[in-house]
Amino acid sequence: MATDHLDILESHAIFIIREVVAECERPVLLFSGGKDSAVLLHLATKAFAPNKIPFPVMHVDTGHNFQEVIDYRDERVDTLGLQLVVASVQEAIDKGRVPDPGPLGMRNRLQTTALLDAINANKFDAAFGGARRDEDKARAKERVLSFRDRFGQWDPRAQRPELWQLYQGKVNPGEHLRAFPLSDWTELDVWNYIRRENVPLPTIYFAHMRPVIKRDDMWLSVGDFVHPQPGEVIERHMVRFRTVGDASCTGAVRSSADTLDAIIKEIETSNVSERGATRADDRFSETAMEDRKREGYF
Amino acid sequence: MATDLLRFATIGSVDDGKSTLVGRLLVDTRQLFDDQLAAVEAASQKRGVGDLDLSFVTDGLRAEREQGITIDVAYRYAATPERKFVIADCPGHVQYTANMATGASNADVALVVLDATAGLKEQTRRHLCIAGLLGVRHLIVAANKMDLVDWDEATFRAVEKDVNDVARRLGFDTPIIVPVSALNGDNVVEPSYLNTWYDGPTVLAALNSAPAGAWASSDDGARLPIQWVLRQPGGGRTYAGMINGSTLTVGQKVRLLPAGVDTTIVGIRGPRGAMDSAEPGLSVDVDIADDTSAGRGDVLATEPFPTVTNEISATVCWFADAPLSGGQRLRLKHTSHSTPAFVDAVTSVVDVDQLSLNEAEQLVRNEIGHVTITTADPLSVDDYRANRVGGSFVLIDEKTNATVAAGMIGHVTFA
Repeated sequence: MATDHLDILESHAIFIIREVVAECERPVLLFSGGKDSAVLLHLATKAFAPNKIPFPVMHVDTGHNFQEVIDYRDERVDTLGLQLVVASVQEAIDKGRVPDPGPLGMRNRLQTTALLDAINANKFDAAFGGARRDEDKARAKERVLSFRDRFGQWDPRAQRPELWQLYQGKVNPGEHLRAFPLSDWTELDVWNYIRRENVPLPTIYFAHMRPVIKRDDMWLSVGDFVHPQPGEVIERHMVRFRTVGDASCTGAVRSSADTLDAIIKEIETSNVSERGATRADDRFSETAMEDRKREGYF
Repeated sequence: MATDLLRFATIGSVDDGKSTLVGRLLVDTRQLFDDQLAAVEAASQKRGVGDLDLSFVTDGLRAEREQGITIDVAYRYAATPERKFVIADCPGHVQYTANMATGASNADVALVVLDATAGLKEQTRRHLCIAGLLGVRHLIVAANKMDLVDWDEATFRAVEKDVNDVARRLGFDTPIIVPVSALNGDNVVEPSYLNTWYDGPTVLAALNSAPAGAWASSDDGARLPIQWVLRQPGGGRTYAGMINGSTLTVGQKVRLLPAGVDTTIVGIRGPRGAMDSAEPGLSVDVDIADDTSAGRGDVLATEPFPTVTNEISATVCWFADAPLSGGQRLRLKHTSHSTPAFVDAVTSVVDVDQLSLNEAEQLVRNEIGHVTITTADPLSVDDYRANRVGGSFVLIDEKTNATVAAGMIGHVTFA
């Protein structure tokens, strides 16, 4: 069995996961039900087999979910015998921790408060995330082990040097790390790995018929959290999702790709980036991701 | 080792065009999505730096775009029909040397970008020195801004001579030196039609044929630093970690260090199941013949064995604001082992301009020098030049947990 670059990425990610678990007291894995966190969970399973994954998973729940993703989350938690922590944005709104954006308002940015509150309450000192450096220009700058101060802030001007594969994960009480084992993976690597390993995914990643409206050049799924505004017309199209986020701001792409082979073929020839195609939350400003990350976002 | 993946880092002084060259490489090989290119164009126009500032492809932080410099490493990914690339676009400013070392520490190749019209600057020499210390052997040198001197051959030959001289003294292989204009794209992806006297490869052609994967492996023995102990059903334990050095094989005699217990590998399991042998860079767990008390921080090794010692002579690059001097207590992390350590003495500092060693008692921020260290726990170490994993360590401030130095076991010398 020859070693190819997917083997190297896989082994590197497993190495990082084991290292963080060994160095930190209370790690947690951020599990959105998206494809990247699905791969991360798969790698964590491999890192500790035949033992169970020695940490809980956390879902930062905006309350604006795709039901298919929640079903998938619960199935995974059940099958793998995981402990699930839910950090609820709705709860943060109800407690007055964050302003209520209204029933149809975007809740993406509010996740930061829910996430940081849950990290503090559970005394987590490391949170694994599925973020990749090819997703965004601010993420392209971030370390594999990314330090967060007591306020949960990322300071891109003062990152710890991170040489070789010497990942050092010590933090003082109240501080924590974000750990990104998929840092060097591209979108295509993730999909090729999903195909190779048969990693289960929520069904919304595969092409299906869905009522959608066009808003800000994106196809949004009509449902509990997206209602047509005056002038918007409900259409039915074959679509799939390239990312999974808050249902009110995650766009679908028109596609007939209903198998992994077809999806990979489509991505190989796409002219538009994954977040560019599907994320309204990145369109606020030139440095939207950096600004959110500084505050403690994923 | 997979050779379909090349990791390279851009190095060189600030303002010589590293980010512009990377931007040019990515744009001309069509690695950017339409929306990403449009965003770079919009940002360029907003900041009044022309229609398309190529440096904005990798300089993604707000402060970087405001100041027009690179602050921290940007990682970008590219693929040509020949291979895949992981690109670490490093900052050139002396203040951000630690970030440059971060980017260069895993590189197979350094892509040196220098302003051919300005010659070999001190900061370029510093970066070459650090890359050489880090064990990068292969240099591709882009002699940039040739358009500013109308592709004057004498300008190029002068730089070429200086680069070859420094490369030889630092122990690099003979560099490939390419006259380029990153701004206009000459000799980056496409050959220049303005240049009549250069018939070597373009930067991209040089990258496509550069040797990959060398940094993770050596012929000086297999090592498995133990990260984690797995309990097997029905009793028994296996030892998990990533292999470095050379290939580990079932049936091989290994020594558990620092305990010095000899045993045999009786099983190897990789991410895809049981294996007869496993290459460096693979995460595995192994079963050994004898019952030992092995745990995290120990290493399983084949001959030639690492040296077990509490006393280390090393070359370090110092990153903290306050200087390093003898008597300082720090934490040292070597493979999966962390231990308290004293830096007993700083003995010399590297003069990066002259490439010589001068006697010294302290290292200030971003200086490189020789130190002696005593560790509380014994470590199983390799010389860095024989094995990058077993020969490297970081020093950590015990109070803030900041990483304050990169260390390489053994002493650097210059030709």
